[in-house]
Amino acid sequence: MFKKDATPGAKSKVKSSAQRAIRAKVLEEYPKLEPYIEEIMPKKEQLDLVKLPDRVSLYTLNNHPLFFQHMDDSFLPHLTLVHKYPSCFNRLRIDRGAIRFVLSGATLMVPGLTSAGGRLPDDDEDEEGIYGGGEDGMEELEAGTPVVIEAEGKENACFVGVLKMGTEEMKKVRKGQACEAGHYLGDGLWTLNLG
Amino acid sequence: MAEASGSSGTYPKKVVYCGVCSLPPEYCEFGGTVKKCEDWLKEHYPKMHALLYSQEAIEQNMSSLSLEAQKRADKDSQKKAAKAASAEAKAQELRATSKIMIKRIERNKRKYVTAVQGLEAFGLDIKKVAKDFGKKFATGSSVTKIPGGGEEITVQGDLSDDILDYITDTYPDVPEDNIECIEDKKKKVAA
Repeated sequence: MFKKDATPGAKSKVKSSAQRAIRAKVLEEYPKLEPYIEEIMPKKEQLDLVKLPDRVSLYTLNNHPLFFQHMDDSFLPHLTLVHKYPSCFNRLRIDRGAIRFVLSGATLMVPGLTSAGGRLPDDDEDEEGIYGGGEDGMEELEAGTPVVIEAEGKENACFVGVLKMGTEEMKKVRKGQACEAGHYLGDGLWTLNLG
Repeated sequence: MAEASGSSGTYPKKVVYCGVCSLPPEYCEFGGTVKKCEDWLKEHYPKMHALLYSQEAIEQNMSSLSLEAQKRADKDSQKKAAKAASAEAKAQELRATSKIMIKRIERNKRKYVTAVQGLEAFGLDIKKVAKDFGKKFATGSSVTKIPGGGEEITVQGDLSDDILDYITDTYPDVPEDNIECIEDKKKKVAA
């Protein structure tokens, strides 16, 4: 989505009623953020809306990006936010070989997740149970769920996107596209200068 | 100072970002400016550097890939590095060769406007600079499109010398030799 460098468009203040709606929607999408929402989006603070190319709107607080949204799709967290609150999102993991493709903007493919280094929900090798949906990482994720993709051997996430295929199906088919174009480390949204 | 690591515990988690490529340091190896990133990390976060760039870590990274994949990844990263280097060289050259033109345009006998072109080549946001000019000189200042494509800043009043001084003072990145003052006597023909 942000392969090219994005230039921020008009910046405007978000109405407080809209701000409440955003907050509610974000919480609905990411219930695990509940304990931290006051830190992320304090009720009293003024959010800003920055328009980006291709009908993407980015919500920022004091020039720090928080969430972005393409048209009326679900809110996706900016990677800096994911890095701060990693366990609050549904996580999957890709193997090492896939990192360089993801970081150059390729569509995330299923084999990167199903191979030995990758992690899908309810994975036997995932001892801590941190990958996948639900509290214990056992729940399968449906297509259309926003996910955060981490990488083998890395601590921080490298990709945010929306699942194109349910995780259950992935385990069966083991090929095809896994995630729609999203936001990855080093893309136009990442390098965006809000100054 | 940010913590170097800490997988769980208190939120918000502090993450260090590389000063060169802006990614978290563990992803620097995919950025194309690995050497520079490594030096930066060594200087600023020696502990983390030791952790990430130790012989063991590198070997471990390598062992998780098949030989063929390693080769491909190697080739790819080399290509990326070359690309990044050439992009940087290009940007530098552009900086060295591009000129800022401050033009004094006669508007109506004794009345002038000043047009400034070429600021964007030095990584400046001309919209913001225009606003600053207006504030500094207390005149109207706006960004206007020029016929040949691109944009320039138009400031009301004869300010060419003041603008020259202001630019050299506020933006140290801009070499003074690259700024040119010209006078445009030709009166604009009314359509």
